Amino acid sequence: MTGFLTLLYKELLRFWKVGFQTVFAPMVSTLLYLLIFSHVLEEHVQVYPGVAYTVFLVPGLVMMAMLQNAFANSSSSLIQSKITGNLVFILLSPLSYREIFFAYVTASVVRGLAVGLGVYLVTLTFFDVPLSSFPWVLMFALMGSALLGAIGVIAGIWAEKFDQLAAFQNFVILPLTFLSGVFYTIPSLPPFWQGLSHLNPFFYMIDGFRYGFFRASDISPYVSLGIVATCFVAVSWLTLQMLKRGYKIRH
Amino acid sequence: MIPAIEVEQMHKRYGALRVLAGIDLKIEPGEFFALLGPNGAGKTTLINIIAGLTRATSGQARVMGYDVVSRYREARRMLGVVPQELVFDPFFTVRETLAIQSGYYGLKNNGPWIEEIIHHLDLADKADTNMRALSGGMKRRVLVAQALVHKPPVIVLDEPTAGVDVELRQGLWRFIKQLNREGHTIVLTTHYLEEAEALCSRVAMMKQGNVVALDSIRNLVGSVSGCSVRLRLSPDTLPPALQSLMSRREEGCYILTLAEYSQLEQVMAALRKAALQVLEMQVLQPDLEEVFIRIMGAHKIRKPETLPV
Repeated sequence: MTGFLTLLYKELLRFWKVGFQTVFAPMVSTLLYLLIFSHVLEEHVQVYPGVAYTVFLVPGLVMMAMLQNAFANSSSSLIQSKITGNLVFILLSPLSYREIFFAYVTASVVRGLAVGLGVYLVTLTFFDVPLSSFPWVLMFALMGSALLGAIGVIAGIWAEKFDQLAAFQNFVILPLTFLSGVFYTIPSLPPFWQGLSHLNPFFYMIDGFRYGFFRASDISPYVSLGIVATCFVAVSWLTLQMLKRGYKIRH
Repeated sequence: MIPAIEVEQMHKRYGALRVLAGIDLKIEPGEFFALLGPNGAGKTTLINIIAGLTRATSGQARVMGYDVVSRYREARRMLGVVPQELVFDPFFTVRETLAIQSGYYGLKNNGPWIEEIIHHLDLADKADTNMRALSGGMKRRVLVAQALVHKPPVIVLDEPTAGVDVELRQGLWRFIKQLNREGHTIVLTTHYLEEAEALCSRVAMMKQGNVVALDSIRNLVGSVSGCSVRLRLSPDTLPPALQSLMSRREEGCYILTLAEYSQLEQVMAALRKAALQVLEMQVLQPDLEEVFIRIMGAHKIRKPETLPV
C-alpha cells in the first residue's frame, strides 16, 4: 500500500507544483468558452424549458474540462517520464502493474475534480446553476475522469514522441469531447449525427452529468452510467494488460 | 550459500538481432564483480534483464534466489541499480526524490537512512535543491543514492564513472568499497579496466552476447605468460623478423607480445641487425588490459549473429 500511496503522492505533487498551468489555466480557458458562447447564443437557444443557455452550458463545460485534464495528467506525466528516462525509477521498484495503474488513474481523477470544481465554483459567482442531485454529479465526475485517466495511461505508454501524443489528443480526445453534446443536446441534430453521437461514450458522460444538475437528460442516467462504467472496465482491462506485459516500457 | 545473482541460459533477441546468446553467470554474495566488454557486447541488456527493465527471450535470472519475473517484488527489493544514463525527475528536489524512491519500496520513516546517504555522498548542501539545478556529477550521486535508498544487498552500477571527474570518481569508489566491506555485493560495468583491476575480485568478459572469460583477476592475468614490449623506433619501421610478434600499434609505438622473457634477446638482435635506433623501450607486465585485448582478439568468432526472420 505504501508503494501505491507514494506513487499517487508523487503524481499529485507533480501537477500541484505546476498548478498554475495544470489547474488554473484550464479553469480560465473553460470560463472563456462560457463567456463567449453564452454571449453569442444566449438569446437564440433554449435547450431545456426554463433553463437559460448559459446555465445549460455550465455542466457540459465543467465535464469537458474534467475529461481533458484527467487525460492530460496521466498521459503527459507518462510521456515525460518515458522521454526523460525517469520512468526507470518506477520500473526498477517493486510496484506492481496494478499499483502503477491505480496511482496514475487516481491522480488523474484528482486533477479532473480539482479543475471541475474550480470552474463550477467560479461560475456560481455569476450564474445560478442548480445542483439537484449531488450523487449523480459525483458519480459521473468520478467515472468520466477515471475513464479519461485510463485512456491517458494508454496514450502515454503508446506515444513515443510528444507530437504523437498531441495527435492523439487533437484527433481523438478533442473531437470526442466537442461532439459529445457539450454545447447542444443530441435531439437537436439530424438523425445521422444523432446516431453517430450515440456511439460516442463521451456523450453519455456529459448527458448523465447534466442530469445531476437539471434532472433532465436525453437518455436515462442509469443507461448512461452503465455505458460509461462498461467503457471504464474495458479500457482499464486493456491498460492493465499493457502494463502487465510491459508494452513499450519493458522491452 | 544462495548466489547474489544467478543467470542461467539467458537469451535475448530483438527481432533478428541476437543480443545475448545463452549467458550463464553466478555471482556470490560479498563479491566485487565487474562485467567488461566492448560497446554492444550485451552488458547493459544483461543488467536490464536482472533489474526487470527488459524481458528475456528465454532463460532465468535470480537475485538472492528470487526469480526476477515470478518473484519480482522480492528480487527488486534485493537489488539497487544505478543506471547508465543521467536520468532525473525535474519536478523534485534531491530529498523529495529520495523520499519518493524509498516509498516505492514500501518504506516509511526512512528519514534517518536517507540523511545518512545524503551525508555520505556529499549531497547535504544540495538536499533541497531541485534536480534540474544540479551538475552532472551531482546528478550521478543522486542516482547512486536512489539505488541505495532501500538498503539492497546487491548493488549494480552500469558505467558509474562515465563522464565523472576524478575527485568524484575517487569519492564514489571509496564509498562503494565501504559498502562492499559491509557485505554488499557489488556488480559494475566499466570501460576503465584499471578501475576493474584495482577494485574487483572477479570479472566476466563479454563479447557479442557471450561470456568469453570468467575468472578472478589474478587467474586471468596469470594465464597470460610472457610480457609485452613497447618500442619506439627510428626510422619507424619494424624489422620483418619481428612482424610475427607484433600485436598492435599505439601512439607511434610498436607493441610486441613475447611468450617468454628470453625472446627479448631475439628482439634486441633483430633490432641491432636492422641498425634501428631505439628511442623508447618498455617491458610491460601483463595486466588486465592485456588480457582483455588478447581475449577479445582471440574471440573473433563471428559477426553479430542474425537469425532467419
